[in-house]
Amino acid sequence: MGIRVRCPAREPAVTALPTTSSTQQRDLRRLGTPKSVSARAFRERLIVACLAVAATFSILVTTTIVVVLAKETVGFFAFPDVTVGEFFGSTEWNPLLGAEKHFGIWPLISGTVLVTVIAGSFALPIGLIAALYLSEYASPRIRATLKPALEILAGIPTVVYGFFALTVITPALQKLSPAFGNYNAMSAGLATGIMILPIVCSLSEDSLRSVPRSLRDGAFALGGTRFDVSVKVVLPAALSGIVAAFLLAISRAIGETMIVALAAGGIAQITANPAAEVQTMTAYMVQIFLGDAPATGVEYKSSYAVAAMLFVMTFVLTMIGQAILRRFREEYD
Amino acid sequence: MQSDASTTPPSSPAHKPGHSFATAQGNSDQGKSDLGGPMPSKMGEKISATEVAITVRGFSSWYGSFHALKNLDLDIDARHVTALIGPSGCGKSTFLRWMNRMNDTIPGARAEGSIQLDGMDLLAKSVDVVDLRRHVGMVFQKPNPFPKSIFDNVAFGPRLHKTYSRAELDELVEQSLRQASIWNEVKDRLHSSALGLSGGQQQRLCIARAIAVGPEVLLMDEPCSALDPKSTLAIEELIESLADRFTIVIVTHNMHQAARVSDKTAFFFEGKLIESGATESIFTTPKNKQTEDYVTGRFG
Repeated sequence: MGIRVRCPAREPAVTALPTTSSTQQRDLRRLGTPKSVSARAFRERLIVACLAVAATFSILVTTTIVVVLAKETVGFFAFPDVTVGEFFGSTEWNPLLGAEKHFGIWPLISGTVLVTVIAGSFALPIGLIAALYLSEYASPRIRATLKPALEILAGIPTVVYGFFALTVITPALQKLSPAFGNYNAMSAGLATGIMILPIVCSLSEDSLRSVPRSLRDGAFALGGTRFDVSVKVVLPAALSGIVAAFLLAISRAIGETMIVALAAGGIAQITANPAAEVQTMTAYMVQIFLGDAPATGVEYKSSYAVAAMLFVMTFVLTMIGQAILRRFREEYD
Repeated sequence: MQSDASTTPPSSPAHKPGHSFATAQGNSDQGKSDLGGPMPSKMGEKISATEVAITVRGFSSWYGSFHALKNLDLDIDARHVTALIGPSGCGKSTFLRWMNRMNDTIPGARAEGSIQLDGMDLLAKSVDVVDLRRHVGMVFQKPNPFPKSIFDNVAFGPRLHKTYSRAELDELVEQSLRQASIWNEVKDRLHSSALGLSGGQQQRLCIARAIAVGPEVLLMDEPCSALDPKSTLAIEELIESLADRFTIVIVTHNMHQAARVSDKTAFFFEGKLIESGATESIFTTPKNKQTEDYVTGRFG
């Protein structure tokens, strides 16, 4: 990259012209020095090559990750005390303690879903309402202040949200109800919700703002109030982008690790109680990799199977998002 | 202001049932002592039944410090077509957008003088613009159907203002589409997306959508400028057919269109109303040199 092919030294083309009086019109085509055609062709080929390498690299990395995940997952199921039937059929996840190890994935999925649902039901409505306000109601000055402030939230490392959950949210919840323990799904879910809030708000706002002004004018001209226009015209017209924003945010919540590892606890159980301690799929992987499970052990390999499962879940979500985008995409010119 | 009516028939006091702006009558301070209005209506002389729907007196408007329109006086006849012509940037669209207060959303836009509809000043602070726009509908330059079904597009306006039974709504939508001469083309696909229609059909749908709210006045801002000649013809025929029920004000760049569809024409130039009168006389015997140059195609 960055190779600049210089043109040959500038020839004094103008002086080669016959002496022209200032009143006479010069032939403008004779001004300047022609650039090298072969250098241009070389530069174009070089650029195409660079782009191809970059594109191939990213595809290659993704493929490698998927292949490693698949290989290790197969390795996990090759252990004699593990069966695919138990992995998907059992409701007990107990790989570390006790005489008998149990590998039923559902308690981990339950923990992940619980935290994600709490995060989503907190962040999606608030993020969407904030986006509507920023896009349809706020004056340009307020928007110019609020939007960057919101995007700063997106830059905070998630471990900070984890600490925030432990030191602020959990004590606050415990004041509300003694049912909340030191580790609970609610606290982790709310912190994850705060984390995904800027994604929901910022992307939804982009989508709302891209609705053409002519649609708003049309609705105002029919006697719509600002609320009518925002909710009945702009919001439906921006729906595909909003759904995409939601799904991206949910994917982030499912994959979130540090917050749940710090605040949600470590008991893998199937529950819908937000005050209960839960373990998510990501938190389990942290536990395995930070603990002293031997790299050849069945517990160690099990985290790859969990990771593969997580990958499948987010992959399906992404596919649904793509399908929704295609289905509801509105073309404006 | 009502005394201006000495040269033009007064606007009908009993106009439409249920017509009530939330407005203060206190616009007398704005009444300029015009000498009976500078523009005796020629149409008023020819056709005695003509009544004035909109009376504009001493109207000026600004965008920030830019003086967009300068001291306009104009009478717009009820249930006739009035064309506003003039070169780009002369203020005709701005004027149109003041008649339903669409300029309210533009920061820095302000106006002075009065625009009266049925004796009420549209520019008064107390006018409820939402209510005003039910009475003064608008069709835009580019067709702007909502990304909803054809039915929902037409039903959108009525649903904002009243509740209807299913049967009432069906009737309202059908009548509006019929009046906009598009019913036969869309009756079999009322519930498919309006974005699937052609540009000309979309524009007629937008007219149906505006009609459905039940306005007295229809403002059209270059409604054919984005359309092909065939669609343009369809819209022009539609405008003529609507003129016996609605007061239509149309902004157009196309002088032939103004000549074809309008009863009266007003020529704008650099923010001033240069000349207005019966379309025929504006195009054949203009009194003003600038008007003559423009309508004969010497500039603009």
